[in-house]
Amino acid sequence: MCGTCGCDDSREAAEARTLRLEVDVLARNEESARDNRAWLAARRVSAVNLMSSPGAGKTTLLEHTIRAVAGTVTCAVVEGDQETPLDAERIRATGARAVQVNTGTGCHLEAAMVGRALRELDPPPGAVVLIENVGNLVCPGLFDLGESARVVLASVTEGEDKPSKYPHMYRVADLVLLTKVDLLPYLAFDGDLFAGSVRLVNPSAPVLPVSATADTGLADWYGWLRARSCPPTTGGPP
Amino acid sequence: MHELSVTVELVDMVARRVPADVQVTRVALEIGRLSGVMTSPLRFCFDLVAAGTSLDGARLDIAEPPGRGRCRRCGADVDLPDLLTPCGCGSHEIELTGGEEVRITAVEVR
Repeated sequence: MCGTCGCDDSREAAEARTLRLEVDVLARNEESARDNRAWLAARRVSAVNLMSSPGAGKTTLLEHTIRAVAGTVTCAVVEGDQETPLDAERIRATGARAVQVNTGTGCHLEAAMVGRALRELDPPPGAVVLIENVGNLVCPGLFDLGESARVVLASVTEGEDKPSKYPHMYRVADLVLLTKVDLLPYLAFDGDLFAGSVRLVNPSAPVLPVSATADTGLADWYGWLRARSCPPTTGGPP
Repeated sequence: MHELSVTVELVDMVARRVPADVQVTRVALEIGRLSGVMTSPLRFCFDLVAAGTSLDGARLDIAEPPGRGRCRRCGADVDLPDLLTPCGCGSHEIELTGGEEVRITAVEVR
């Protein structure tokens, strides 16, 4: 056996040459994300990446948000799901532009998919693009889409310990929304435990308790979102 | 299962960097222990994705750099077996300095 690499044929091993590469495997996604960031900045549009488990209430929150902030912020939406155009149809019913991305067997959005969707979406200057990622607490956190902020949603029915169980997702959050708090009277859910679980992996992200259907705590979320939009007279995202 | 996406990128990146007429016999990777990429599914996907390419049959050598961080409160360098481990001073405000690598370091061709 070859003493250098352990292969069975020392003559072939002698002919082998090693090429140094030092290249990040996700470099191409990062390049697409940079392209998206530049494309958005040139249009004074900012993008927010919303991530959660399936069923945490992302689409419902967006429906309420789009209507509530319509006078001050124009929202446009990229919807990520494995299949069906259902969520984009729900968003269009609010009057906002929406493009559905179906990932098929894919479990997350990647920057190139979002780049194509942005061009189809054609958001107007000053808009905020809300990117609803595929419902999944693992994979989406690894892929930069070119967004300026990441929001992670957790519904109260998921339990207090999700942030510690899925630390990769929660550590990249700029904001954590605790959703469906109107259900708290029916659950044994400790909000302080949840906030403590977030702090173990993310010392700085604010945690906002909200209910879209009961209109609870939404003013702070709308304020955060308005702060993301580009002012009409300056260039570049905030 | 983002390891499939990672593996597709890996195979494509190597294939585009080596001449078409060479066979890749070994790919050396660094997959950090805090990268969120698991080596076992990556190896499983690699054999499938590499089939029929210049990487077909190549061996994967995977180094797994440990998690490291620097405490933002006291400045200490910290070993991080996971993302939940605090600094010795009790702080969870730790900036990652190692363990997030997902990198191709070298390929062997003949």
